Amino acid sequence: MKIKVFPREYAGGPFNALVLLLSLLAGLVAVGVVFALKEINPFFAIFSIFKGSFGSWFGIKETITKAIPLILIGAGLALAYRAKFWNIGAESQLLLGAIFATWVGLNWGPSLPGWAAYLLMFLAGFIGGALWGMIPAVLKIHFGINEVISTLMLNYIAAEIVKFLVVGPWKGETKYGYPYTDDLPDQAILWLFPYSRVSPLLVVLTVFVALFLCYLVFRSRFGYEIRVIGENAEAARYAGIDFFKTLLLVMAISGGVAGLAGVGELAAIHHHLSYPETISAGYGFTAIIVAWLGRLNPAYTILSGLFFAGIVVGGDAIQMTMGLPAATVQVFNGLILTFLIMGDFFVHHRVTIQREA
Amino acid sequence: MRSIEQLEMRGIHKSFVGVQANRDVNLSIGAGDILGLLGENGAGKTTLMNILYGLYRPDEGEIFVNGEEVVIRNPRDSMRAGIGMIHQHFMLVQKHTVLENVGLGYEKAPFFFPLREVRKRIEAEADRLGLHVDPDKQIWELSAGEQQRVEILKALLHDADLLIMDEPTSVLTPQEADGLFDILRAMSREGHSVILISHKLEEIKAICNRVLVLRKGTVTGEAQIEDVTMADLARMMVGREIADSYPKADLPEGEAVLEVRNLNVQSDQAVPAVQDLNLTVRRNEIFGIAGVSGNGQRELVEAISGLRHVESGAVHLNGEKITNRTARTINDSGLTHVPEERIKFGIVPNLFLYENAVLKKHHRNPFSIRMRMNYPRVKKHAETLVHDFNVDAASIGVPMKNLSGGNIQKMILGREISAEPDLLIAAHPTYGLDVGAAEYIRKQLIERRDTGGSVLLVSEDLEELFQVCDRIAVMYEGRFMGIVPPAATTIEQVGLMMAGCPAGECDED
Repeated sequence: MKIKVFPREYAGGPFNALVLLLSLLAGLVAVGVVFALKEINPFFAIFSIFKGSFGSWFGIKETITKAIPLILIGAGLALAYRAKFWNIGAESQLLLGAIFATWVGLNWGPSLPGWAAYLLMFLAGFIGGALWGMIPAVLKIHFGINEVISTLMLNYIAAEIVKFLVVGPWKGETKYGYPYTDDLPDQAILWLFPYSRVSPLLVVLTVFVALFLCYLVFRSRFGYEIRVIGENAEAARYAGIDFFKTLLLVMAISGGVAGLAGVGELAAIHHHLSYPETISAGYGFTAIIVAWLGRLNPAYTILSGLFFAGIVVGGDAIQMTMGLPAATVQVFNGLILTFLIMGDFFVHHRVTIQREA
Repeated sequence: MRSIEQLEMRGIHKSFVGVQANRDVNLSIGAGDILGLLGENGAGKTTLMNILYGLYRPDEGEIFVNGEEVVIRNPRDSMRAGIGMIHQHFMLVQKHTVLENVGLGYEKAPFFFPLREVRKRIEAEADRLGLHVDPDKQIWELSAGEQQRVEILKALLHDADLLIMDEPTSVLTPQEADGLFDILRAMSREGHSVILISHKLEEIKAICNRVLVLRKGTVTGEAQIEDVTMADLARMMVGREIADSYPKADLPEGEAVLEVRNLNVQSDQAVPAVQDLNLTVRRNEIFGIAGVSGNGQRELVEAISGLRHVESGAVHLNGEKITNRTARTINDSGLTHVPEERIKFGIVPNLFLYENAVLKKHHRNPFSIRMRMNYPRVKKHAETLVHDFNVDAASIGVPMKNLSGGNIQKMILGREISAEPDLLIAAHPTYGLDVGAAEYIRKQLIERRDTGGSVLLVSEDLEELFQVCDRIAVMYEGRFMGIVPPAATTIEQVGLMMAGCPAGECDED
């Protein structure tokens, strides 16, 4: 018996969806095996995860809270990945957004009305993330530096900058020596639904960003150029598309929306800048899977973002109730991403088994 | 060391999807022979040698060494039989020394201090054949000629008795080429045999003692070198009956559309690829550029269309200077381009047909209005192209990669022609297409000429150039060997120019 692999001509929508579903299922089975090895009933564990995240009002509110940064970042990453620009640095772009917004909030916030404070903070956050995102684009185009390396390394630099700020020049006077900045003034803090950490403004912004980026990718000239660059860079050159301008803009947007996520975390949840691990619980990395599960369609990241937020929340819940190690959620995420990427192989290839004559 | 007294390939057939690359080819070579394997690109030379080196297996045919049949399944078998191959692009580890590169895979070295043995052998070969190269230098420090010597050393240390060299002088300076020939002669004296793949007639005349000519996969000539003239070789290489020209409208000479003056362009390796070139393409004219590929045609086309930097000289389109403008600006000012390697450059395989239908003019009204793509209009345009240019596709909503080569090319041509350019550049537009599609495309080029456009046609297919062009320039190593009217020229004359003889100089050889 021989297994032969051929490139697949064309995979339709239903087939794509089927592969996606089966990959997810296979991922869940693999996760189940991990649970079983820990002598926990896998069905019960996986059921508990989704019960923890979607099974109660509290769970749903927490899931939405965590979905917001995942969707914002994931939608931006989808844009970058469409151009085959492998941005692994959303974590740092988020942090830069938070830094810029903190400065605006602390310095200008007290003298501004609420709406103006929000607006300027989001604007500053977008600019912070965008500038940070544009660095690897410039490095890549002018010096040929691989963006995977540069974006990854910029994560460490950004994290150190945040640490430096919160223990150094920006250390809060009212924080009893803790490594925090002072709290933002009240008018710069986002209004939340009662008894939750969900800001309606952020929800609206997130959905808008995801849909807008979807429009950008599939309906705008810029999106067309992004897809041509990503699918065939040689043809893009031939077609006279300006790589520098396009990729710079792609990374400005991808980094910028990650910066918005940073503003959201800051203004809705933490209210001050603190250690980088506190500001972002690895959202920049989890969002890579969100973008991928969303088939690099920014609109679909709304669904995949909610799904992964659910895993994070439910994972936290069972960590506590079942006494599992803190890495459980990461194992979960990693396994699912692995299976999703393996699933892609079947979208692009046909596998047939031939019996030898 | 076993030596190859006589090697024979008998009745070799090899076909790839739809293309017969070798048809009933016989080749024989004896000890001390330097055999020239001559032919245009695509004649099947490299395929034949890849079979001998074990990279491909023939569909039919056998290989005999000293009268005994050998089966060559892979390069290892081939090396064991005493055959070595040196590719056009060297397979060396740049950051390692000559010694380390030659020692790589050298199986007979002792376990301890293996390089000492390798060094001894390198020195021995250097004395024997004049193959001098510093064993302690790293590869990146060496010139192309020296790197080639390292490759030869490598093959010799693997006991190669028969050496296949694929276009060995294409990367060398003339002085280095002379050095290589000295080495080859020394090898021949020592009883090694060499197969030299080339399309340069002078070279074959200068170094080989026998020659085998291929055309379209079959042997069209075999001779002792002293029995043939360069004109004979050119005829064997390109000669064929030319079918009648396509009918063309009789039009007066138009004004100059494209003017290129003293153009100099570099290749990717930063060596001069186009040198002091002048050309003028007029309205109502198809200007052909003939030549074996790799003689600067690609760089010329890229420089004109804005895809490659012009070192010096000027390009004018309709009297306006377009030198070193961006590809988009040049395209917008009336030049469109059917690129060679259509799938690599001309389309985006994973995007839909209709998205590909506006590539390069997607930024213009009505296909995009401000920043928004006008997809209804784009789709309508795609429908028109599919209809007008007989593109066979299930719908305009299929990914471009689902189309066949001929239909992809019709789409590209349609896209470029429908913009009604002043100048259409078509690079190898019919390469690899079936007869019907090729004919259709040629007719479209003539149609463009007859309706007030001008065409710059780059092709390796002489028949095609003779059938459609008003003038043909023959390009060789970045220069034109001559610009001739096809009606008053024979295909042999063009063949000689393709091999590096300026017009009218080598006819008597």
